[in-house]
Amino acid sequence: MSPESLSLGKDLIGLESLSRDQIRGILDTAEPFKEISERAIKKVPVLRGKTIVNLFFEPSTRTRVSFEFAEKRLSADTVNISASGSSVVKGETLVDMARNLEAMRIDMVVMRHGASGAARFLAERIPSNVVNAGDGRHEHPTQGLLDMLTIRDHMGQIEGLKVGIVGDVLHSRVARSNIYGLLKLGAEVAVCGPRTLLPMGIEELGVEVFSRVEEAIEWADVLNVLRLQLERMEGGYVPSLREYNRIYGVSSARLERAPRDILILHPGPMNRGVEIDSDVADGPHSVILNQVTNGVAVRMAVLYLLAGGAPDTAEAAKKGGS
Amino acid sequence: MDEAAVRRALARIAREILERNGGPDGLVLVGIRRRGDLLARLLQEEIREAGGHDVPLGALDITLYRDDLATVGPRPLVGETQLPPGGIDGVNVILIDDVLYTGRTVRAALNELADYGRPARIVLCVLVDRGGREIPIQADIVGRQVETLGNQRVEVRVPPLDPYLAVELEEGGRDP
Repeated sequence: MSPESLSLGKDLIGLESLSRDQIRGILDTAEPFKEISERAIKKVPVLRGKTIVNLFFEPSTRTRVSFEFAEKRLSADTVNISASGSSVVKGETLVDMARNLEAMRIDMVVMRHGASGAARFLAERIPSNVVNAGDGRHEHPTQGLLDMLTIRDHMGQIEGLKVGIVGDVLHSRVARSNIYGLLKLGAEVAVCGPRTLLPMGIEELGVEVFSRVEEAIEWADVLNVLRLQLERMEGGYVPSLREYNRIYGVSSARLERAPRDILILHPGPMNRGVEIDSDVADGPHSVILNQVTNGVAVRMAVLYLLAGGAPDTAEAAKKGGS
Repeated sequence: MDEAAVRRALARIAREILERNGGPDGLVLVGIRRRGDLLARLLQEEIREAGGHDVPLGALDITLYRDDLATVGPRPLVGETQLPPGGIDGVNVILIDDVLYTGRTVRAALNELADYGRPARIVLCVLVDRGGREIPIQADIVGRQVETLGNQRVEVRVPPLDPYLAVELEEGGRDP
């Protein structure tokens, strides 16, 4: 594979705009990075001297910590900013904040934001690399990538697999990144959930729609179970958590009736006893913790590829060197 | 150098490794990808034939330790580093590469080894030393010294990456 086809350009905003080769390239690059986290000294010097700002306007533990581990294991210097403790509460705009950070000479921004499109908005306005760590309902590309890496690890390949996404697809950026990525790699994708939590016209993305979770289980090789955000109940999307569990909960009783063993993924944080039962989450076919481990490797791969893909380095590459 | 000449050089290198070390005990052969690790495998055979047993093998991928990421961009494929399960603490590491040129690859490999442990000793062994050093690094054991011009390339061919075993001198371009 040529380096050109692998280059991600300046930013990673979503999987929708990436090619199949670019997605495969990230997954292949993540493979050797897994080993670094198993070493006694979990550090390589490849991003030494780079400064990365983790800008989190929404609460996040797993994603923020995973990015931070990835950055530190590549020897980058990192700064974490969360909305509650930042100048945002004083009314500063996103762009002003980013420009001020730029003025302190940073190289990359990893951003989580509640507004769909925030990552692209920022990427178009600052010269630093921008990595989308989740923007509203739009995309969460590194989550999609780590889901695909985990599926590939356990199933051998993604092409031809049937992957069901169950739950609150309407509000889920994870669902969108999964749908874009999995379809590009040749999987069949279906979504399943109450009609109130499925976006209108979702079929147009090329996915099947099941209204009963039993049908999805009957069909799928892999289930990605989405978190039911508890505030959705107050929004009137589901009558009650108990009812949601009774009708859409992924339970071992339901899985036992499946014609094959189904690989179980969940992007976390889990609501045990709501969208997924404990015996499934902790069961033999759950790869939920493997997803977390793979998350660090995938993010290392993305940071590594972006660090060399900036225009000035591409320019320097043309001049050559040994 | 044709296959026979390379084999003779490797046999001589194997004897020198055993001599320096006083036998095969406490040795670990670590090759630098993507041809040093193949040469390490051949050296392991030679050491066995020269009266030793199988010594542990390792392979280093130095991509993430290079000093030119900023100028040439990321290498598309980062390889995996695999060291013997016993690690490298306290052992005599024979670091093996095909060609010694600027010395920068060896610099990167030494830094990477230091992140894995503290060997008792590291010995640098190369099949070909072509001169042209940019940093002060010299090999301890050399298969063949070659005088080269800047526009010549030394190509080491090792199966299974290449169809045959040989060292060839080619005109045109700096080493990539």
